[in-house]
Order: sequence, then C-alpha cells, then structure tokens
Amino acid sequence: MATTLEKVDVVTVGIGWTGGIVAAECAKEGLKVVGLERGQERGTPDFQMVHDEYRYAIRYELMQDVSKETVTFRNRRTDQALPMRQLGSFLLGEGLGGAGTHWNGMTWRFLPYDFEIKSMTDKKYGENKLPPEYTLQDWGITYDELEPYFDQYEKTAGISGDGKNPFAGKRSDDFPTPPLKKTPILKKFEEATKEMGHEPFMLPAATVSEAYTNPDGETINACEYCGFCERFGCEYGAKASPEVTVVPTAKKTGNFDMRFGANVVEILKEGDKVTGVRYVDTTTQEEFIQPADIVVLTSYVLNNAKLLMVSNIGEQYDPETGKGTLGRNYCYQINGGATGLFDEQMNTFMGTGALGMSIDDWNGDNFDHSDLDFIHGANVYIAQTGSRPIGTNIVDEDTPLWGAEFKKQSIHNFTRALTVGAQGASLPHRDNYMALDPTYKDVYGLPLLQITYNFTDQDRALQAFTTKKAAEIMEKMGAKKVLPSKPLTDYDIVPYQSTHNTGGTVMGDDPATSVVNNYLQHWDAENLFVVGAGNFAHNSGYNPTGTVGALAYRCADGVIQYSKKGGSLV
Amino acid sequence: MTEKKGVLYMANKKDVSRRDFLKVAGVATGSVIGGGLIGGLIGYNVKKPNGQTGGKHDGHGGDEFVSPTGRMFFVNNADFQTLSAATERIFPKDDLGPGAIELRVPYFIDNQLAGSYGNNTKEYMQGPFAEGTPTQGYQGHLNRADIFLRGIRAIQQVAKKEHDSTFNKLEDEQKDVLLTKFQKGEVAIPGVDSSYFFKLLRTATLNGAYADPIYAGNANMDGWRMKGFPGHQMTFKNEIEDDTFHDMEPASIASMNH
Repeated sequence: MATTLEKVDVVTVGIGWTGGIVAAECAKEGLKVVGLERGQERGTPDFQMVHDEYRYAIRYELMQDVSKETVTFRNRRTDQALPMRQLGSFLLGEGLGGAGTHWNGMTWRFLPYDFEIKSMTDKKYGENKLPPEYTLQDWGITYDELEPYFDQYEKTAGISGDGKNPFAGKRSDDFPTPPLKKTPILKKFEEATKEMGHEPFMLPAATVSEAYTNPDGETINACEYCGFCERFGCEYGAKASPEVTVVPTAKKTGNFDMRFGANVVEILKEGDKVTGVRYVDTTTQEEFIQPADIVVLTSYVLNNAKLLMVSNIGEQYDPETGKGTLGRNYCYQINGGATGLFDEQMNTFMGTGALGMSIDDWNGDNFDHSDLDFIHGANVYIAQTGSRPIGTNIVDEDTPLWGAEFKKQSIHNFTRALTVGAQGASLPHRDNYMALDPTYKDVYGLPLLQITYNFTDQDRALQAFTTKKAAEIMEKMGAKKVLPSKPLTDYDIVPYQSTHNTGGTVMGDDPATSVVNNYLQHWDAENLFVVGAGNFAHNSGYNPTGTVGALAYRCADGVIQYSKKGGSLV
Repeated sequence: MTEKKGVLYMANKKDVSRRDFLKVAGVATGSVIGGGLIGGLIGYNVKKPNGQTGGKHDGHGGDEFVSPTGRMFFVNNADFQTLSAATERIFPKDDLGPGAIELRVPYFIDNQLAGSYGNNTKEYMQGPFAEGTPTQGYQGHLNRADIFLRGIRAIQQVAKKEHDSTFNKLEDEQKDVLLTKFQKGEVAIPGVDSSYFFKLLRTATLNGAYADPIYAGNANMDGWRMKGFPGHQMTFKNEIEDDTFHDMEPASIASMNH
C-alpha cells in the first residue's frame, strides 16, 4: 500500500539537464518543486578517481544498471525483439545529472531549417522528395521562437565558441565565453578546409575555456584539457553539468526538494488531468504517491516514453495504420567519417570533450539536394577529446584484429591517427518506433520499452555522401592513408555509436502527429509536461543537448505560465 | 614454456628496474607461468615514485605498501596456463615491449572474472532466452565466468585432439590456427558460440594490457609506455597547444591526489 505524501506544486521525474532546468526556473518563481531521481546524489567531490578508463569508459561506472531495467530491440517488425542485455550502442545515464554528467559537452543549436523541415523541403524540392513512409514533419515552433531559450541555456552553461559558423541561425548575443584553445590537430583541419573553400569554426563547448559565473551565480571552472570527459564526470567542475549549475540554483531557493533512489513507476491520471506520480524507494522498497499540481517528465528519452506507455496516457503509435503518436518518429544519429594515418606523432591523448573544429557546408539544407536522393546532411568535424588506450586501437584495413601485426599497428597509430567525423541527421520512418515489449519485464514487473529500428535508404545515402566529404578533408590534411567509414548495413545495438536517441514524444502543432504542444505540454493532460530529445520530430546533424536545454527552458516557461492561468498554452 | 617475468606493478621504471627489484627482493627469476611464485611477494623494500619507501605492511595506510597480485578465480593451474598462453598470442611480446603475460594480463582477467565483470551483475540476465540476430547482441544465459571456463577447456580439448598436446606447448603458428578456429565460430562449446568467447578473450586481453595498473594488469605501466599514453595526468593546459610530441612518464590513478 503506497503512502500518499503532501501535495506539491511541481514534481519532476529525473534530475538531469531538463529536470534541473525546470526545477531551477520554477523554484525561482516560488513554486514548490520535488525532484525524484532513481539514481543517487553525486557531484564534483565524487569524481576524484575519475581518470580511470577501465572503470568509467569500459565498465560504465556512471551508467544505468541494466540488470534492473533495459530495453528490447529488433531491426524489423518481423523479428522477435530481445533485451539489450549489456550497454553498447548508447549509454544511458543514471543518478543526479543523468547523461548531462557524462557528456562531452558539444553544444549546438539546431538549424532554422530543422524546425520547419517539412515545409521547407516541400517548398524547395516538391512534396515527393522523400517517399511517404518517411514521417517528416515540422516541429510546431520556429528557430526564432526558440532563440531566447537557446540563449538562456548557453548562458547557464557558459558555452565557449567563436560564433563563426556562417550557417548558424541568428544569435541575439555572443557566446558567453571565448573558444577553447586551437591545437595543432585542429589547425590541420582548419587549414585543409579553408583551402577547400569552407569556413571552419570552433565547436561550441560546455567544457568551458575560462572560469565563468552564470546569471544564476553558479561558477563553472576553466577546462584543464585532461582528456577525460565523455563517460566521465569532471573532477574540476569545469564541464557544465546540472550538478554544477541548475541543481544548486534550484536548491538555494529553498523551494526544491530532491529525493534519490526514487524510481517513478506510474503517472497517475484522473479524467483529463494528472494527479501525481507513484514511485518506489529503491532502498526500502516502500511505495509512495507524490501528488502534484503539475507533473514534468524529465528523464531520458526512452524512459519518458515508457512512463507514458505504462501509465496509459496518450495513444500508442501503430506502424500498420500510422495512427497514434506515442512512440512515433524514433530517430538516432547517422555516423560517417574517415580516419587518417599520419607519420608524425601527435598529442592525441590531450584534449577535452568538446574541443574541435567543424564545417557546416554539408549539414541541413546548406547545400543543394536537387540531384541527391536524400535530404539533410551532417556536421563534419574534427574533435580532440583525448584518446585512451583501451578504446583506441586503430589498424589498417584487412589487418587482423589480434596478434603481432595488430599490436604493432594499434600502438603505432595511437598517436598518429586522426578522425574527421560526419555526424549525420536521422529522419523518421514509419517502421522505426517505440512500444511496450509483450514479454520482457523490468525489476518492478513493468514491461520493458521495445525499440524497432533500422537504418533507411535515406540514412545510407546521407552517410555515403558525408563520409566521402570527410575522406576528402582527411586527404587534404595530409594523411598517408585514409580509411573511410564502412557503408551502413543493419543497425547493430552492440558497438557504441551515439547516445543521441530522439523522438517518441514528439512536439508539434497537431495532436494527430504529436504528443505535446510547443510548450511541451501534453495534448491529453494539460498539467503534464514531457521534455527532452524525445520532443525532436527528427534528429539533426548535431549533438542534441543544446536544443534539449532550449526546450527545457521553453518547458519551464510553460509550466510557470500554466501554474498561473491553467488551461492549454496554445 | 618458461619466461622471465615481472613480479608486481610497484614502482616507476626510473626508480627501480624490474631486474633490480628482483635482485633486491632476492627472488630467483625464471618462474613457470602460472606457477606458484606470484602471490607471496609483499613487503619488499621498493622505492615509490613519490620518493617514499614502501614495504611496511602495518595493516593500514594503503599507500605505504604494495599489494600482491594473485588468482581469485582460476583454481586449476592448467586452466590458467592455457589462458595465459592464449592472451600472449593475442598480445605477443615483441621488439616494442612486453606481451600479455609479462604485462600480467592473465591476472587481470582472473581478477575480473571473480567480480562484477565475470558475474554480469549490471547486465540484464533474465529469460526467456532466444538466439536472436547478431545485431541484437549477446543473448545467452551464461555469464562471463562460465564462458571463460568453458572456452579455456575447449581450447585444451582441441589442442589435445588435434595435436595430442597441451595448448601451451604448441608452436606459435599452431596456436594461432587453433585460436582462429575459435574466432570464426568453428569450435563447439556447450552453451556459447566460440566466436563470442574469442571476442571476450580478445577484449579482456586488451583491457588488461591498458587498464590502470590498480587492476593488476599493465604491469609497470608498460602497456601505456609502449603506446605513448601517459595515464592519469592532472592537466594538459600548458602542453596542448605545443607542436612537439610529449613523451611523458605515465602515472597511475593510484597517484591521483587532489
């Protein structure tokens, strides 16, 4: 029998970037907020032993314990979905800060084109540019409407950048901090792309270039370039993360109460409103009901969708009929690129998560697609994130993966190989979606989330094109050997690719094709908000967090407005 | 197969070479792989990288003494010798530096198999179990400890059957041919595909060669030295813009001290 607690104004499910932002903004407005986090509290003092590749990067110290909850996966509807028994393709976060603790910090704004992709594509290339099974749609919001929230997120996180991307949307202000250091590795890319007629610029970075105090009074320290960012927490407090920014901001209002080991298992709904959430204390196994005037789902993409499904809120998407919105437009990231082998040794092990340079000439609709059989593209970049020896074993094509020759080459290339990446957009397809699994259960007896996903013809064409561009740059950079990415075959959940899962709780201006409106307010329950990369109607050729942060500020704005006047915000 | 080998990760190469250490310690070099030498070697006077003299085992103050490395998982010497010989073929000693055995990779793997890695504790191991497609990843019910034991025994059986020999005594080429059969999934192992076992073995070998020495492998940080990786360093703020390559003395996380 669950214990019913005292009602609060706002409850958030999860305390990462989105939960932290919503909590901070609402608490500053005087709303009483409870944050429920199923992992534990952690922060900078807990990262003193973090320079340990094996523990953190290989054995996933900071990641979700999938013995308790995972997802099932299949490439196509005719396959049987089976559990992802080990983490691999993507790394789910757990604990205070969520994936915002172990991220690299590359912080982009999606392109103006992204938010109006359907109308702009139709207008320029006609309605049949992509076959009808691609469920492309506008986001119900424009870049200009979202711009103030991008600005707000960048200022909270102290993002370092040079503002020199000629293809970026219009900015209301400069980056809060100057760009990171331009290293010899970055300069190789810069020189090559300039010679090729491009306009390279520094990657916008949340591993900030200098000590910075944000508008809330929180300080982010200057990056030390130690090379341990992605999959690690920062022992210097030099990577913008929820636990060094929005969480302390929320706490110091006195209006924010965090509960750890609080695993939400149901959103409670009566009529057309939600009344709160039910959660299990993972330590005592006690059940609690936390009533709230407003519920905000702020966990990861996958769990936000699952919670709506197990709580029976909204209509499950059916790929057969195309009806239903929940679980629809699941997208990922389409990675290509080229590795180059050089003669000279470089300091590849030095770096930081978001240290890099980039060109956007082959992203979005920044180039003409009239004669191409795909739309969108990829951000093409070089990153110096800090190579580590277990994870970096680069050998020439056709070299055996073990033995004397493997040892020789992988050692030789550790300090002599560079990669130009092409981080490609992922567009929605009728057959790629999320649902509940009929067979497998989590530790609480709830069904696992089931993902049906495979790469599409659009993805293959995009990846082949952008990989070719990356290889040309690598050639120009003077690599003695260029190893382009292999063409895409079936999506494989085993090797790490990207923790950029998107969609399933898509935003939009039409309840027939979206789960939430453009304030991230649920169409079927006005006091329920769902925010995160799940709101993306497709995924762009960028890392998602900058846009997630902007949406979280938009959501917080919506929650505050709703708390005052109620009703639908659109 | 006998080979001179290092004893413990304990000191910075600059301070004490392996040979000197063995002299100081009064231990005869040349032990049988997997034999009984390892394990009892605590308490020797070793100059620590920070200039302290280690060696006193007073029950506390973990920085003051060097821990021994020993077997926590394999109870049978033949099994451990087979594992050792297989890892050495995956990561052989050559003119660049030590191979898996000298790096103490077999001990790393052994220790890992005794813990959460071997027991798949943070992984979803509930049924029902079905074969699945390769893109769905591992779908077996055996944990890694089970798989390693079965895989190692299968290596011994194939060596016996095809060469009437133990695996360790085969020529290098013969070992490679045999291991390639495992890699290609051509050997029947009850409960697991031999290619999956081989994949685990290969990955674990590389992990042991390059993980921080606190995990018992990467002896003397020689895995890192070969690769040019300096391990844990506090900052590269002052070096990262340099055009020259920095060949740095590596440091273990054990020295991390904020």
